[in-house]
Amino acid sequence: MSKVWLIARRELGATLMSPLGFVVVASVLAIDGLLFNLWALGSTAKYSAEVLYDYFYVLSGTTMVASLFISMRLFAEEQQTGTISLILTSPVKDAQVVFGKFVGAFLFLALMTIITLYMPMLIMVHGKVSWGHVFSGYLGLLLLGGASLSIGTFASSMAKSQIVAIFIGATILVAMILLWLLGRNADPPLGKVVSYMALHNLHFRSFMEGKIHLRDVVFYLSVCTFFLVAATRMLESRRWR
Amino acid sequence: MIETKKLTKNFGRYRAVDNVSFKIEQGECVGLLGLNGAGKTTLLRMLTCLLAPTSGTAMVDGLDVAGSSLEVRSRMGFLPEVPPLYGEMLVGQFLSFVARLRGVASSSVPEHVKNALDRCQLNDVAQQRIDTLSYGYRKRVGIAQAIVHRPPIVVLDEPIAGLDPAQIVEMREMIRNLTGEHTVLLSSHILGEISQTCDRILVMHKGKIAAQGTEEQLLGNLANTQRLSVRIMGDRAKAESALKSADGVSILDVSQGHDGSLLVNVQSAKDVRARVAKAIVDSGLDLLELTQVKHDLEAVFLQLTIKSEENSE
Repeated sequence: MSKVWLIARRELGATLMSPLGFVVVASVLAIDGLLFNLWALGSTAKYSAEVLYDYFYVLSGTTMVASLFISMRLFAEEQQTGTISLILTSPVKDAQVVFGKFVGAFLFLALMTIITLYMPMLIMVHGKVSWGHVFSGYLGLLLLGGASLSIGTFASSMAKSQIVAIFIGATILVAMILLWLLGRNADPPLGKVVSYMALHNLHFRSFMEGKIHLRDVVFYLSVCTFFLVAATRMLESRRWR
Repeated sequence: MIETKKLTKNFGRYRAVDNVSFKIEQGECVGLLGLNGAGKTTLLRMLTCLLAPTSGTAMVDGLDVAGSSLEVRSRMGFLPEVPPLYGEMLVGQFLSFVARLRGVASSSVPEHVKNALDRCQLNDVAQQRIDTLSYGYRKRVGIAQAIVHRPPIVVLDEPIAGLDPAQIVEMREMIRNLTGEHTVLLSSHILGEISQTCDRILVMHKGKIAAQGTEEQLLGNLANTQRLSVRIMGDRAKAESALKSADGVSILDVSQGHDGSLLVNVQSAKDVRARVAKAIVDSGLDLLELTQVKHDLEAVFLQLTIKSEENSE
């Protein structure tokens, strides 16, 4: 575990020190702020719960996009600069490398997400906020962000360049979001299965409403596990190429 | 310390390393010599567990690189051709990270880092960001990361590539100092470098070990052969046929000089200077110069690669 933490700390430090980290945080905060004003608050009178619902909807989009940008460099950058050989010749299991990098990226995403907490607090100026609703929404954002990061980590482990990594990651992410549309048009019971696998629609909605269902938590953790295991296999396969 | 048996690596249909077998004893400094594309890096990547062999075995400190990868990695330090460094880190901080990653106990990390900084003469830049260092310093940090956990075996891929003459001298000294504590395997395509740094040489050509031994042993292989450099004025075809007609002479290469003369390198089993001179003069060509070439490592290398190519044909 100490090696996972060691890799995670370095990854977090590298992202915090890199211009990309600042650009991602600044862009996400600016877009979140704008959409909070224009979309979530809007120009008509709303209940605070409705504002929060729309706010989490907006943040879910920016979180997914930010996750791809944060994770694209995890392996692809090391491949580009050749530092991957440092990690792969060290006595560390491939699974520890993947998990360590994921944890580092997740901590960065979590830090960025926590900074947005000032926006729900602003609602308190003119409205009444349920902290349970806020907690649920943020838990959902972290789970959705974690799942998106794991997709990005897998994409980065496949690619030799960051641009390719982000394209692969975006394709998988968009495909997984659109599964709800496919599920709607497919016959049951297949339609139900496909809908269940959609990344956002069914599973994030309850978090936006302030509800926490175990099935949604399990779903996001399963997505994380699946893609992190896939990234580990991809890393192992490098030795056989 | 390192032993390979029929080690082979294929990339699709291309065979990069072909049935390579060799043994390196503890404390030796061995140089892997070969032209670009000879398969040196692929061989080193297999030994350091970056690549799995297609067939054959490689044992490091008695452990199989395929079966006991983690244990092998903990016993090795590796410097690839491009040093694997995190530019945003400070030199000391980076070495501390690598030491921990390679399993050095937290309490011993500062001592290990200090030792690596001292041995690679990096104390002046210990608090400097790696991406602000010159290429020579980066190479030194690359060596430092390879030895910071004090592994019994250190593998260096082209450690002097890209360095200026002053840095080459420093690097040579640094590598020599490693040999007391570590078994060192380094690769290079520069003959002089290998001969000055290593105890023993493995010559690699087209994925195979073409020869191995000390510099003296390799030169000894040539003791029974003579090389002549002959400068001739006249027609190339005529010159070649004249030289071939001299008994026991084989032509190594022919090149054209600026003045239109031909420079021909020939080889023979015994002293054929008189015979070569006569053959040239008898065929009506002008003999401008005839020199006996002293054997050096370069000659060994050329001869081995030519031999290896002839065998493969």
